[in-house]
Order: sequence, then C-alpha cells, then structure tokens
Amino acid sequence: MDKATRGILLDPLHEQNPITLQVLGICSALAVTTKLETAFVMSAALTFVLVCSNTTISLLRNKIPGSIRIITQLAIIASLVIVADQVLKAFLFDTSKALSVFVGLIITNCIVMGRAEAFAMANPPVASALDGFANSMGYSVVLIYVALFRELLGSGKVLGSPVFASVSDGGWYVPNGLMVLSPGAFFLIGLLIWVQRSMTPTLQEAD
Amino acid sequence: MDLINLALKAIFVENIALAFFLGMCSFLAVSKKVDTAMGLGLAVVFVLTVVTPLNALINNYILKDGALAWALGEEKAAGYDLSFLAFITFIATIAAAVQIVEMSIDKFAPALYSALGVFLPLIAVNCAILGSSLFMVEREYTVLQSTVFGFGSGVGFWLAIVALAAIRERLKYSNVPPGLRGLGITFMITGLMAMGFMIFGGIQL
Repeated sequence: MDKATRGILLDPLHEQNPITLQVLGICSALAVTTKLETAFVMSAALTFVLVCSNTTISLLRNKIPGSIRIITQLAIIASLVIVADQVLKAFLFDTSKALSVFVGLIITNCIVMGRAEAFAMANPPVASALDGFANSMGYSVVLIYVALFRELLGSGKVLGSPVFASVSDGGWYVPNGLMVLSPGAFFLIGLLIWVQRSMTPTLQEAD
Repeated sequence: MDLINLALKAIFVENIALAFFLGMCSFLAVSKKVDTAMGLGLAVVFVLTVVTPLNALINNYILKDGALAWALGEEKAAGYDLSFLAFITFIATIAAAVQIVEMSIDKFAPALYSALGVFLPLIAVNCAILGSSLFMVEREYTVLQSTVFGFGSGVGFWLAIVALAAIRERLKYSNVPPGLRGLGITFMITGLMAMGFMIFGGIQL
C-alpha cells in the first residue's frame, strides 16, 4: 500500500476524524446513540451512502457544471438516502422506527456533502470510494464509542442484554438517566475530544 | 392555545438544537461571535418559517397516501402513495426556497442582505431545516401547525446559538485545559445548556 492510499485510509480515523476534528456530521452522531444497535445500523447506512455518493460524484466530476454542483450533489445523495431508507423500512422496520427522521437527515449530514465537495470533486473514483469508506469508519468509531457508553451507563446493557444488573431487576446498578438524555451525549463527545487531543498534542487548538 | 403551546414546546422543551441535536454542525462552527451567531440564527428563523409550511402543503396535498384526492377524485387517488419521494422533494423545496428568499432579500432589503447574506446558502444543508420538515411529517401537523412549529424551532435555534456565542466570547478570558480548548469545551458547555433547557420539561399552558 503506498503512502497516499494509507493516508486516505487512516487519517479519518484519528488525525482527521470527521466528528471530533472536522466538526462534521455531529447531529446524527448524537441523536442515534442512545442504543448500540441503532448506532450500528446508522453507521452502516452512512457508509453505504457515503461510499456510493463519493464514487458517483467522482465519476461525474468532469460533467457537473460548477454553478449547479451543490444541487446536483444533493440530488445524488438524496436518491441514495431514499434507497437506504426503503431498505431499512423493508428489512429492519423496528430499528428504522427508532432512527425516526435521522435516516433522512443523512442527506444534510455534513460529512457526505463535505467529502463530496472536498474530495470527490477533485479525485478519481477509486480514491474517492476509499476516502468515503475511511471517513464513514471514522464516523462509525465515534458513534459506537458514544453509543456503547450511553447504553452501558444509561441502562446497564450492551446490545440489549444486561451487563450491569440494574436495581429494577434486583441487581446493584442504578441506571444513570442523564446518559440517555441529550446532555450525556455532549459530555461523552467532549470527553473523547479531551482524551484524543491530550494524547496527540498537535491536534490542540490555539484559541 | 394549542398553537401557543406548540410554539413554547418547540422553543424550550424540545429545542431543536439542544434536545434533538439538529443543526449542530453550524451551531458549533458559527458560534464564536455573538454578531455572526445572531445573523445565522435570524436566517434560520426566517427560512424555517417559510419552508416548513411549504413542505407541509406539498406533503398534505401531493405526497401523502391518497393526498391527490383533490385532483384525481377520492377513488383514483386511493392507490397513490408518493411519500417515498419526501426526502428528495423536501430538499429541492428547501434549496429553491432558500435561493428565492436570498434573491428577494437582496432586492428588497439590502441592509438585511448584507447581514444575513453569507449564511443563507449554508442554510440549505442545515439539518435543522430538513429535520423540522421531517418531524412535521412524522407528527402529522396541519399547515397552520407547521407554520407555528417552524417558527418555534427557528426561535429555539436562535436562542440557543446566541446564548452559546455569548458564553464562548467570555470563555476567551478563562483558563481551559489545553486538550479541551476550542471544540471540546464547546461540547461541554452545550451539554450544560441542554441540562438547563431540560428544566422547561414540565411546562404546559
């Protein structure tokens, strides 16, 4: 693997992580993470959309006129999201209900638009597909970390099966309700950023 | 009364930024100064109030199952369910509406345009706009209700982003741990603000 490809694949996981460093795609990252299962499904849906949209936009990059590129990209992304949404409704109806509007919001997920603008418009299809995949992995890692802690601390479970026996089931763990509510997600991502930037001081902001 | 309740709920209890995390990207990115936060906030209020009822009209009279009854007659319309087209229709409506709003503000209120101008194109891809249209579908609001809901969500976003910007301006003078500077501490503050807004939880008129 040459250096450029490795950069494309590995940078989004840590040094260029879409959520904690590029500040992209945070809305859905926070909203679908009360349970690990929804986080997995959301990550899969985003990976599908991002890889396909990056490839398609990269293939069409020399044909798309500059002045209407945003709306063209939106049309491509929206069609892919419709496909993802219909598939989820057909095969994973309960999870798709739990994700509510957030599957639709992949359209306005800044990662998808951001990568289309920043990478796919200027690079060949294979590299764009890799870039899409790597960025969705960077997104998924954060999503799964947040969801794991929110589900574990918020209800004492992982993937729906109890790990800490909660008080209501006769165990010892008192579920921390704050983790399930919105502030819990903000604190967890804040802490993740703190840990990440303390480990790699070059990422710190001057501010 | 119901409508006032709906507006209060959208502004405080179910604040679109702090409870549903919508529009977070611009919420975090454009909240460094109160002036710019104010500009973005007002632009969001404006666009949401225009776009949500517009999408409600489209949804209630074209896309919903059997909604074409006014054009085709009850029996023929029964088989038409276009709701799978909602995403692409809504995003097109939003992009077009934002463009029209931008051009008309430029023409009729140049002063307002110079204040809001830069933010309007950004808004087309703000999750808060598409999000409230999708919530409108999920909660089956009428056109009037969605006007109030759109306006309320916009005001909620405006309130939250201006408050955050005000806090961040003060933050310059505090001694934040290096790893938390910038984005990290902003997340923490937003979390605390979300906790604050949870106090409104039980309010009902």
